[in-house]
Amino acid sequence: MIPAGFEYHRPTDTASAISILQEHGDEARVIAGGHSLIPMMKLRMADLAHVIDLQDIQEMKGIEIGADSVTLGAMVTQHELITHDGLAAAVPIIREAALQIADPQVRYVGTIGGNVANGDPGNDMPGLMQCLDASFELVGPDGTRTVAAREFYEAAYFTARDDEEILTRIMIPVPIAGTGQAYEKQKRKIGDYATAAAAVMVGNGAASVAMTNLADTPIWSAEASAALAGGDVEGCVAAMLDAIDPVEDNRGPVEFKKHVAAVMLRRAIARAVSRAG
Amino acid sequence: MSKMHVKLTVNGREVEGLAEPRTLLIHFLRENLRITGPHIGCETSHCGACTVDIDGKSVKSCTVFVAQANGADVTTVEGLVNEDGSLGVIQEMFREHHGLQCGFCTPGMITRAHRLLQENPSPTEEEVRFGMAGNLCRCTGYQNIVKAILASADMLNAQKEAAE
Repeated sequence: MIPAGFEYHRPTDTASAISILQEHGDEARVIAGGHSLIPMMKLRMADLAHVIDLQDIQEMKGIEIGADSVTLGAMVTQHELITHDGLAAAVPIIREAALQIADPQVRYVGTIGGNVANGDPGNDMPGLMQCLDASFELVGPDGTRTVAAREFYEAAYFTARDDEEILTRIMIPVPIAGTGQAYEKQKRKIGDYATAAAAVMVGNGAASVAMTNLADTPIWSAEASAALAGGDVEGCVAAMLDAIDPVEDNRGPVEFKKHVAAVMLRRAIARAVSRAG
Repeated sequence: MSKMHVKLTVNGREVEGLAEPRTLLIHFLRENLRITGPHIGCETSHCGACTVDIDGKSVKSCTVFVAQANGADVTTVEGLVNEDGSLGVIQEMFREHHGLQCGFCTPGMITRAHRLLQENPSPTEEEVRFGMAGNLCRCTGYQNIVKAILASADMLNAQKEAAE
């Protein structure tokens, strides 16, 4: 319950936040909504000398809906994702998934940027962003670069982000009209990370399929996506079961997780197909 | 670690204090300000007993450093009484419908219900249950909490209509 002491910083622009990161190296971390980091600090699993609060950085806020792409500031909260009408019209699966994340209080403060940058395979947004083929803008001392969500996750809590970089924005291509989408999540109760969850996009001869919490990273499968694009649901499920690598924990043994993964994927496909066209 | 000067508005009153940045808002409220309605029921951000309203949002105050809340406008269950000190509508309905037993979750429940009804003044039963899902209760089985919140919605809507 009691976190260790730290120095607190509240910069008002990204460049200042990065210079504080540079100054203190791995003794410093940024804090967004704080609903993954603070719990870890309270359990003393994260011990930081410097905490850099991003809440006053306006350039990391806001939702922009363009004709071809949607841009989400990293500090956009889950609550804002849910209540933004334009976003629900452009990419409805985001709202659907966000409503399955955590609980109301956590959604008021937890941010999309924190969710995707955290690196916990339990987070829902990483798999969804892989399904949508989103990309992440990383700003560091040497400038700005963009990394595809499908390239971002290396292992549990290991991502392509360097220590001195901050994930500032998320760019999502708007799916073409008529694309059906669904996010299906099996969980033990409200607020739980998924036993298995599937993000599916299908329609117009294309498909994309990703799954959550069934390996040490989210899993997007090119083979499963191609099979579904060709209308082969069983081929899609088989390819995805090949791609995932769940481990036993208190959500169940490996065989059960594979079973639930297939169930979630089939349900998500059925719902996405029913919404396509 | 050095202490920092923090200034908050709590239940409409400006308060100041010195606290280490690592101090959780729940501890600052309870220990520095002696506002002991919000409770602590867990250390993993699940139970919601510490829920307060911060700048128009329901927030679990065990998962906010006081440093982050510096400058914020905070409402706790103590701030939801009527101006004359009598129970507010939601508080009265929790009493009326037996929405509490031990009372430990109640301040968080009522503070969350306050925000829920601001955002959705006429919720369905399902919307109440989903909207209250960040608050755990060990005593009531939730049924009477749902009744209390639905009754609060009716009463608040009737009051609003009468005022118009």
